[in-house]
Amino acid sequence: MTSSGNDDSAAADSRAAATSHHGVVAVDPPLRGGPASDVVGLGRARAFAFVAPAMLLIGVFLLFPALWTLYIGATDYERTGPKHVSPSFVGIDNYTDVLADPSFYNSLWLSLLFVGCSAVIGQNGLGFALAWSLRNVAGWLRRTVETLVLFAWILPGSVVAFLWIAMLDRDGGTANTLLDTPGLAWFVDYPMASLIIFNIWRGTAFSLMLYGAALSSVPPSQLETARLAGASNLQTLRDVVFPHIRGHALTNTLLITLWTFNDFTPFLLTAGGPGDDSEIVSVYVYNTAIRDGRLGYSGAISLLILVANVVLALFYLRMLRKRSVS
Amino acid sequence: MTVSDDDDARRAAWRMAARIGFYALTCLIAVFFALPLLWLVTAPFDASPTYAVDVPDPTLQNFAEINANPYAWGSMLNSILLSLGTALFVVVGAALAAYALSRVRMPGRDALLYVLLLLSSVVTGTAAMVPLFLLVSEIGDTVHPALGIDSSFAVMLVMAGGLLPAGIFMLKDFVDTVPRSYEESARVFGASPLRILKDIVAPLIAPGLATIAVWTVVNVWGNFLVPFILLRDPEKQPAAVLMRTLYTESGQPNLALLSTFSLLYSLPVIAMYLYVSRKYGFRFHGGIKS
Repeated sequence: MTSSGNDDSAAADSRAAATSHHGVVAVDPPLRGGPASDVVGLGRARAFAFVAPAMLLIGVFLLFPALWTLYIGATDYERTGPKHVSPSFVGIDNYTDVLADPSFYNSLWLSLLFVGCSAVIGQNGLGFALAWSLRNVAGWLRRTVETLVLFAWILPGSVVAFLWIAMLDRDGGTANTLLDTPGLAWFVDYPMASLIIFNIWRGTAFSLMLYGAALSSVPPSQLETARLAGASNLQTLRDVVFPHIRGHALTNTLLITLWTFNDFTPFLLTAGGPGDDSEIVSVYVYNTAIRDGRLGYSGAISLLILVANVVLALFYLRMLRKRSVS
Repeated sequence: MTVSDDDDARRAAWRMAARIGFYALTCLIAVFFALPLLWLVTAPFDASPTYAVDVPDPTLQNFAEINANPYAWGSMLNSILLSLGTALFVVVGAALAAYALSRVRMPGRDALLYVLLLLSSVVTGTAAMVPLFLLVSEIGDTVHPALGIDSSFAVMLVMAGGLLPAGIFMLKDFVDTVPRSYEESARVFGASPLRILKDIVAPLIAPGLATIAVWTVVNVWGNFLVPFILLRDPEKQPAAVLMRTLYTESGQPNLALLSTFSLLYSLPVIAMYLYVSRKYGFRFHGGIKS
């Protein structure tokens, strides 16, 4: 795989070297095409050679897997055994099976709950609320809050998962001590609620930073006018602030939705349990594919998820475009 | 007169109460964010740590225990190797591509970049794990085992493929701001494009290169799923995966070892955050467009 890749780029390189002489000669009528034309004399062939290594990696490890899912999902491929050696083509059987499988709907529902409550409402809301209320607060309070929120975001997933296992522990966990609920096993009794609170804690930093940047783009004069006109806080937010940051809000919601949907950290906290009470889609795919080894079946699920993600992204992009047209 | 005085007083009192309520609420939120972090600070220094946050009975004994674990330092080394290797691929690949895309007009360039960016945020985690696992097993079986399952090199390539679109996207902004006149004069003296990129453009976009290098390292350092799926050999697993093994393998997790390891494993990321925030300010500037 890589050796053929090297050949490719080597060939492209030699072609590029051949054209570079042309490039040097051809530059003499200068700057005819405006600033975007090739003033550096890179030449189109060499430019392709420059882009090739990155595109090769993206093509093999991003584009190809996405397309390959289409094929895997149409076979009965398994991780081991005879169906690993010679998988057969089963057409849309996997898809009809998935769509008739109650555990698929269970995981889909849990994922929607997880994304809706923790990202769309939780991170979005808390991130905006913090950005809005801290915008005029200077000094240590703002710095402290921002640093704490950011720490939750930058620490490695394995570490934060373990910190939460410690905090929500049945016997000595901080949560039970503070809330005076000794012996409450959070991850067993309220697995989804725990995951949602965890994810709000984990991901609010991005929304906070994005809304912080967005709010600084609202012209202060308009805020001042609203204040002089006696508008309440809520009116100011609705009529002055929100029209300015609508694009940011959409971008933010799209990104955190996709990230949360694909996030695998819940696996480290509950591994989908107890039973399948917190088996969100990412854990469900892992369990069917790697644990149970049903690669073809989980390929079909992956493709459905991929399509759902793309549809979601296109929907947001459409809303964005509509905004910039109107 | 008295009525309006009363009103004023009431309004002032109301404002005062709102102010106090606001600070109380903000402090409560700060506590919510600080609570889980406390354990990371106390437990590693406690002689007999439990899940509870306690004033530690101070000791550095736990750090000696890390030395005794056969996998601890090895996994940290693996994490460093994976992060730096991936960062090298991403920085070099993104610099070459961003330079070419910035300087040569190619048809459909912007659309291509957007589609790749979208794809890279869609084809991650959940959706990509099955095909990636299969692809890497297949490459290992048919091309060379050094690129298959249990190959750190394969993990680097997979992660670089996922991070490159955003890397190119970020770096292109930096390249776009470099004035072309430098490159033109270098060219008059006969410098090759590769040399111009290396000696003239790269130093000028050093902050951009540093940004995506740090960003890649932080991403790979914390990534659990890709090495978890692609690396089976405990000798090759990075710290992210070892954390889970330490927790799940023995019946009673060794909290002294786990908490100390967590702290050591987190320190590089915290150091990088402090460095970046001191040097550039850890905020979004104009970069994110609506």
